[in-house]
Amino acid sequence: MTAALLALADSRLPAGGHTHSGGVEQAIAAGVVSDPRSLETFLRRRLTTSGSTAAGLAAAACRTAGGPRTGAAPAPAGDRVAALRALDREAEARTPSPALRAASRQQGRGLVRVGRRAWPDPVWDDLPAHPHHPLALGVAAAVAGLAPGDAAAAAAYLSITGPATAAQRLLAMDPITVAVVTARLGDAVDEVSAAAVPDADGWLPAGTDPLLDLLAEVHADRTDRFFAS
Amino acid sequence: MPPDHVLDDYVDPYDDPAARGHRHGPLRVGLGGPVGSGKTALAAALCRTLGQEYDLAVVTNDIYTTEDADFLRRNAVLPDDRIEAVQTGCCPHTAIRDDITANLDAVELLEGRHPGLELVLVESGGDNLTASFSYGLVDVQIFVVDVAGGDKVPRKGGPGVTASDLLVVNKTDLAPLVGADLDVMRRDSAAVRAGKPTFLISLREDPAATEVADWVRAQVRARVAAHA
Repeated sequence: MTAALLALADSRLPAGGHTHSGGVEQAIAAGVVSDPRSLETFLRRRLTTSGSTAAGLAAAACRTAGGPRTGAAPAPAGDRVAALRALDREAEARTPSPALRAASRQQGRGLVRVGRRAWPDPVWDDLPAHPHHPLALGVAAAVAGLAPGDAAAAAAYLSITGPATAAQRLLAMDPITVAVVTARLGDAVDEVSAAAVPDADGWLPAGTDPLLDLLAEVHADRTDRFFAS
Repeated sequence: MPPDHVLDDYVDPYDDPAARGHRHGPLRVGLGGPVGSGKTALAAALCRTLGQEYDLAVVTNDIYTTEDADFLRRNAVLPDDRIEAVQTGCCPHTAIRDDITANLDAVELLEGRHPGLELVLVESGGDNLTASFSYGLVDVQIFVVDVAGGDKVPRKGGPGVTASDLLVVNKTDLAPLVGADLDVMRRDSAAVRAGKPTFLISLREDPAATEVADWVRAQVRARVAAHA
């Protein structure tokens, strides 16, 4: 099971994540991120807002999709479709920026493309056509035999690793320094993902960050960008 | 019998129609090569020459989002809705080989917009001699180098030079000016390409890219025949 989790969190998984900077490209342009210290601050902020929200949605989608370790009784397919659609709307409500909605759905689509061949399962067909990324991640975790907490961990981890790599490329930072920054955030990633797993009432985190929304909207209008978001 | 020998209910995860070349839809041709060798000029030439023959579209992977797309539009080669530019996250090579998601999205968008599409040119961002396309993204690939890069390039090899389906050596008109020996380039290419074709061309002297266009026509015919 651990291998499946490592595969989902691996930037080598060809799901299109490398073309997204998670706001870092615009944060650098705006002077918000310029060195390891400001990068760490940015990543921590992203982790505890949109990262936490993504982790909660991924865990909920994993539980909804069902699977050996999700602790959920197998739901009828029709109920599952409705529940996943409801979660997709929850994701939409937690993503006010149209640019970030598009980026999330683009990455969700990419993950479905690879996930449905790597871990074939009829549950993939219950997702909307271009699901938000955390939903695709949750379903991938379920069909790969993982638990909701694993889905949350992957979502929280990915919320900082993608932007960290983007910053490394754009600022030509020392890759070891960037590895140090992400390693230092390890405990925070664990705390965020553990707290984000929905309880029996289905409570979902709803952290958002106006800064990330604004950066994404300004970024989307640029014609000289290297990253899709 | 050991459980892993029972294949009755075995679903072959590798049985991907795209990978077998049985994918429906247009022929996808990758155009790769170093910066400045003439990839965009070749794409424009092919659009001019083949645009009336085939229902075609282009995906560009320039480092800046729209530079190459704008070049194609300025030259009125293709209407806007037949050109898609993808962002490669500062890593053009990754986007055409290691993680082709963004390019697949662009190709599928074009296919959805133009259901009769017969030919899609996927132009990579300029890269080095190790750049090559994944065959999950394209059916055949053309690697474009130029004479001005030095006549040693074919001898240096690399996957683009040795393994591409067609190697194009552009700017032969510059050979006398840069002291490049075309015979050396022809001979070295033949030596490393195991019988696969190499064309020495000058897009300045032949803006229609006649020879390359003929090769692309043959690829389209072969694909149509394979699907018949």
